[in-house]
Amino acid sequence: MKSLGSSLYQRLVIIIPYVWLLLFFLVPFLIVFRISLSTKALSIPPYDPSFNWSDSFSDWWDKLQTMSFDNYTWLAGDPLYMNAYLGSLKIAGISTLLTLLIAYPIAYGMAQAPRTIRPTLLMLVILPFWTSFLIRVYSWMSILSTTGLLNQLLMGLGIIHEPLVILNTNAAVYIGMVYSYLPFMVLPLYSALEKMDGTLIEAAQDLGCTAIGAFWRVTFPLSLPGVIAGCMLVFIPAVGEFVIPDLLGGSETLMIGKVLWTEFYGNTDWPLASAVATILLLVLVVPIVFFQHFQAKAEERGR
Amino acid sequence: MSRWSRFNIVSVTLGLAFLYLPILLLVIYSFNSSRLVTVWGGFSTQWYVHLFSNDTMLSAAWLTVRIALLSATVATVLGTLAALTLVRYTRFRGRILFSGMIYAPLVMPDVITGLSLLLFFVTAGVDRGFWTIVMAHTTLTMCFVAVVVQSRLLTFDRSIEEAALDLGAPPVRTFFEITLPIIAPAVFSGWVLALTLSLDDLVIATFASGAGAKTLPMLIYSQVKLGVTPEINAICTILVGIVAIGVICASIATKRYEVQRQRDEHAAAAG
Repeated sequence: MKSLGSSLYQRLVIIIPYVWLLLFFLVPFLIVFRISLSTKALSIPPYDPSFNWSDSFSDWWDKLQTMSFDNYTWLAGDPLYMNAYLGSLKIAGISTLLTLLIAYPIAYGMAQAPRTIRPTLLMLVILPFWTSFLIRVYSWMSILSTTGLLNQLLMGLGIIHEPLVILNTNAAVYIGMVYSYLPFMVLPLYSALEKMDGTLIEAAQDLGCTAIGAFWRVTFPLSLPGVIAGCMLVFIPAVGEFVIPDLLGGSETLMIGKVLWTEFYGNTDWPLASAVATILLLVLVVPIVFFQHFQAKAEERGR
Repeated sequence: MSRWSRFNIVSVTLGLAFLYLPILLLVIYSFNSSRLVTVWGGFSTQWYVHLFSNDTMLSAAWLTVRIALLSATVATVLGTLAALTLVRYTRFRGRILFSGMIYAPLVMPDVITGLSLLLFFVTAGVDRGFWTIVMAHTTLTMCFVAVVVQSRLLTFDRSIEEAALDLGAPPVRTFFEITLPIIAPAVFSGWVLALTLSLDDLVIATFASGAGAKTLPMLIYSQVKLGVTPEINAICTILVGIVAIGVICASIATKRYEVQRQRDEHAAAAG
């Protein structure tokens, strides 16, 4: 049998996307790391040293001598940064947990729905994902503000008499995170629950398991791949989230994505911003590798 | 249908309500005549009129659309090639790195991707603007296309392709006449996904553009930071409308295509 392999054709299929990703994804990270070892300078670009192809070998050597891990020592020494990293992990962790708790019953309900309406439900869950993320975050600003619709509703119903302060607090960040990332959690959960064989539950119940017992001993363990995939899809981007804490959070909200943005645009300290990004990437390497391993396994299963 | 219990119906309904209410409120309040976003002052379309006389907004929108069309198209070509690589060529040097570079951008926080691309463009000495945003969006969205197309390729019956090759069709012709028509729905939905991701992106576009070009999300973001204006509600409503129409059209088209294909297959099997 002649295969698609062998030829130039195969090489091109592999090489074109490979080279593109190397150039625009991997090389940029190496540059970030390189610049994180530089010092801030009043020049264009605002860091020192910057290498030129026209430099002689001894110029390169001299410039290499000036590079140091000073930015990292600075990050370790200032509690602001440490607190921002920890704050990001905490907010992302709590958001992931809340998203899981809210998404599970939705995904479960969808998987139990009559077969004919499942595609429609699926599309209804995906549809908000296709509308602008920025708009969806923005819509919560007018709902959560002290004169906003939520407070108007609660006061109108007589449940509260003083408007609640929600906007510009961590609570608003949690609401925004859960809202924005909900589809990312529902979809993998749904695909895990949908594949599940309903007779297993019946068998468990026939053998004397209660409905709740059957859920914990059969349904939940079988849905674990979906739980893990969903948690990764929410947790990793949430750690570095910038828009949600910036628009919904207040002064108490300390997240590393915002710190990076401020260092870069506010203080024009490109080397320090690069160091912040490098550490953030290192923090995320374990979950990202885990996610990739998981995707590779899913790919294997699919084959 | 006894399994579709009341509890299930309630949780799905509440979930959908949670997803749609904020968007619905935004649409309703875009027709509010009051300047105060949270006070209802009667029905009015004045913010839409304001919007269409706002040249900054219109040129930003046009720029965003051009970037999205171009980057989604390039990303679809690259993403489809990447999906073929992932599914068909399981053994080559650097495959682990390759699949890592496909999956990592899916979850990588925008600030890291954006910053690294900006520093890359600065180091390469490229002026930032239209083209750098296109390149940044292509890189990000090709990974989404690759994952969508990959899942279609995994359920693909390769014997048809092998038959074409055995009958002497060259690989490139086999791809365009056999493989591509079969995976077309996935390629198309990958393209739509890439398009919306690009239209939507704020953080990466901000980093990739410098002072060169301002996309619509960047403009909306700076207005929102300055304070809420009702015009934003109007533009958001238009965007939501376009996306809703687009997605509905796309799903109808995909369904028609599927039905047609099944008919063809039945006809082929019968003939």
